[in-house]
Amino acid sequence: MTEVLAVEAAGAPAGAPAGRQARPPLVLVAPAAVAAVIALLPLVYVAVRASERGLGTVAEVLLRERTLRLVARSLALAGTVTVACLVLGVALACLVTRTRLPGHRAWGVLLALPLAVPSYVAAFAWLSMFPGFGGFTGSALVLSLCCYPYVYLPAVAALERVDPAMEEVSRSLGRGRVRTFVAITLRHVRPAALAGGLLVALYVLSDFGAVALLRYDVFTRVIYTSYRSSFDRTPAAILSCVLVLLTVLIVWAESRTRGRASYARLGAGAARRHPRARLGWWTAPALAAATVVAGLALGVPFGALAYWLASGSSAGFDLAELGTAAVSTLAVSTLGALVTVVLAIPVGVLAARYRGRLPRVLEQASYAGHALPGIVVALALVFLSVRYAYPLYQRTPVLVLAYAVLFLPAAVGAVRASVAQAPPVLEELARSLGRSPAGALRSVTLPLAGPGIAAGAALTMLTCMKELPATLLLRPTGMETLATELWSQTEVGAYGAAAPYAAALVLLAALPTFLLGRRSRSTRGG
Amino acid sequence: MFRIRRLVPALLVAALAGTLPACAGDGDEVDASKLVIYSGRQENLVGDLIEGFEKDSGIKVSVRYGNTAQLAAQLMEEGERTKADVYLSQDGGALGALAKAKMLTTLPQPVLEKVPAQYRAKDGTWVGTSGRARVIVYDPKQVPEADVPDSVFELTDPKWKGKVGIAPSNASFESFVTAIRVLKGDEVAKKWLKDMKANDVETYDNNIAILNATKKGVLKLGLINHYYWYEQVAEEGKDKVPARLKFLPGGDPGALVNVAGVGILDGSDHADEARKFAEYLLSEKGQKYFADRTKEYPLVAGVPTAKDLPALDTLQNPDIDLSDLDTLEQTLTMIEDAGLT
Repeated sequence: MTEVLAVEAAGAPAGAPAGRQARPPLVLVAPAAVAAVIALLPLVYVAVRASERGLGTVAEVLLRERTLRLVARSLALAGTVTVACLVLGVALACLVTRTRLPGHRAWGVLLALPLAVPSYVAAFAWLSMFPGFGGFTGSALVLSLCCYPYVYLPAVAALERVDPAMEEVSRSLGRGRVRTFVAITLRHVRPAALAGGLLVALYVLSDFGAVALLRYDVFTRVIYTSYRSSFDRTPAAILSCVLVLLTVLIVWAESRTRGRASYARLGAGAARRHPRARLGWWTAPALAAATVVAGLALGVPFGALAYWLASGSSAGFDLAELGTAAVSTLAVSTLGALVTVVLAIPVGVLAARYRGRLPRVLEQASYAGHALPGIVVALALVFLSVRYAYPLYQRTPVLVLAYAVLFLPAAVGAVRASVAQAPPVLEELARSLGRSPAGALRSVTLPLAGPGIAAGAALTMLTCMKELPATLLLRPTGMETLATELWSQTEVGAYGAAAPYAAALVLLAALPTFLLGRRSRSTRGG
Repeated sequence: MFRIRRLVPALLVAALAGTLPACAGDGDEVDASKLVIYSGRQENLVGDLIEGFEKDSGIKVSVRYGNTAQLAAQLMEEGERTKADVYLSQDGGALGALAKAKMLTTLPQPVLEKVPAQYRAKDGTWVGTSGRARVIVYDPKQVPEADVPDSVFELTDPKWKGKVGIAPSNASFESFVTAIRVLKGDEVAKKWLKDMKANDVETYDNNIAILNATKKGVLKLGLINHYYWYEQVAEEGKDKVPARLKFLPGGDPGALVNVAGVGILDGSDHADEARKFAEYLLSEKGQKYFADRTKEYPLVAGVPTAKDLPALDTLQNPDIDLSDLDTLEQTLTMIEDAGLT
């Protein structure tokens, strides 16, 4: 309630979303439905394969004691990593956006970079430095270090969109600095942070590479094992249904916690810089914390890369091959990000602006593919495109579509959170001045939500770059990306030869991250 | 209203248009004139061999590299519309699965007969191209050579408690368990798996992880395939790979030889070229490549094995069909029941 007060004080109508009970316009619903259908494609395949041998097989596969035990282990790991990422991501975002941390701009970019390190590379690096490393603790540590940017990036974007006036009003009404921070600032970061947390949870559920190396048995393992050891697609499909069910539960739980509060700011047209808090004697511990995180998340993998480059006899590389792989990676992941964001915009806007069953169902449907292991999504698209889009099979469009299915939630989350922060009242003003709903959206809401959406695009692009299982199955024959080259070298233990590709992947991924940092600075200054 | 309506399709069209140059620029198109190989073996293992084939035969080849099991699943999803002509596999099981799905054609008898019967499919749908032996890898700092067990059955001894590594979900481990079943009976196999579990055997995802753990002293012993060690020695130098290998003597199932093999897709448009490729892999040149480059066992008589490997005929080759999936199914159940996967 206190929050509504603050929003009211800032001039927004109380319960603004409640006033938006109007039927969502077709111009949003139609493309959002297309996006949802695309995201649901793998489920068609999973259902076909899972039902192939009747309910008896389904029951037999699901009711094994091992299945239940592994579900519990997966959930425990996903829960732990998500909480760790929320704490790390939000804390670091506050540190770089709101305090006078020495070198905060450089830290801002540096702390996003771990996203560029594929989790299986990180796991391998840790193992090569600490041979006995692994188990629950090891897996939780490595995955947290790889995944916290999912929370950190949207949290940074959200922190920059919070209207300083709201914080000032809260202070003027007698709240202290800390209470204002908790009651106003953190609450406004919550939707973005939780959307990121959701991505983390689903990523951990679907990850296989890192946990397999770190020897923590989780649910995805059974799925991969059933392909690998019995070459049978039915049990894998049945087990995938469990993941889909878990995803539905987690997405539903997240949407419950999101609540009905309004997070809009006013006056975005005259954005002001947030005052940065002095850290005083906290400077040293804050610097130390940022250094430890960056050191563990980036230092360990880079240390291992340097070691492999220096000691592996396969070290040294074909510059032309590296260049070709880099160009292919850039091309397919840019396309992947573009298509994903275009699909995500209507879904995200609907979710942020309209209540009711339809927007909710469309949004939740977009998460369908994200918790499925990449191999299942890839086989689903093999199945569907061979049957219904044969000319496109093993061509770039189907690969790009796979990226959209896998990573739509990252983009939807970013769009939704940033649109939610743009005040509906400005849209209404534009409407009253004669704009159509779509016109108001295009000329008011989307520009306001721009930085957040761009963050979503960058996030999607980074994730596409390191995606492996779907890329392996769907890329045009003969095309190699940095991730597939990296995989094919590490698979035979040629770590020296793998290192340049890993390094190139991180450097390439640093590019969108860096541009993102610059972009949000210039918006703030405006 | 109209603007955004136009904007979205326009962006989509732009995105799709953008894919066209990407299609043309990256990799070679699957054009009908090329022999398409799906390779479950890595480029740095077979890439040069395939290049050699292109040069020697004048046949143009397009290769799709991937993981053996995942490519097999992909081929099964593609069914008869597959563009693949040839499938190279790291193990017999994947080839057997494709044969069972009626996706492989029967190879000509002269090709099959180059290789001893136990290294090819009984129904002639695939043929082994190279052999890989099961070995015990050990850490000589903890276990002197003389103390390394002579049989896998000694690994259940309490003195190895918690210090032995296996990769129970690996195809090569599964064939090895099948070998125990064939040679010693199901009860012995079941008991061995249970005893290993009771002896706190450490399970890993793959052979490389076991080798690394042994190299770093986390494990004393591990069950792996021999060539992983040779690959790592080639990469890092023998002095940096302190682990050593023991080839088990005397007909122990722990000395089973698995195969990597090749099959030709039924209905391939390039059946002739595909057959020539299979013949090339089994030619003296191809077999010598496997012996020298990947340190695997050549399977064609008369091609010498790498110097430091024990002769193939001293190892155990029980009469099991390496692609028999019905047997594999029972083995998988046994491994799972023992709590190892």
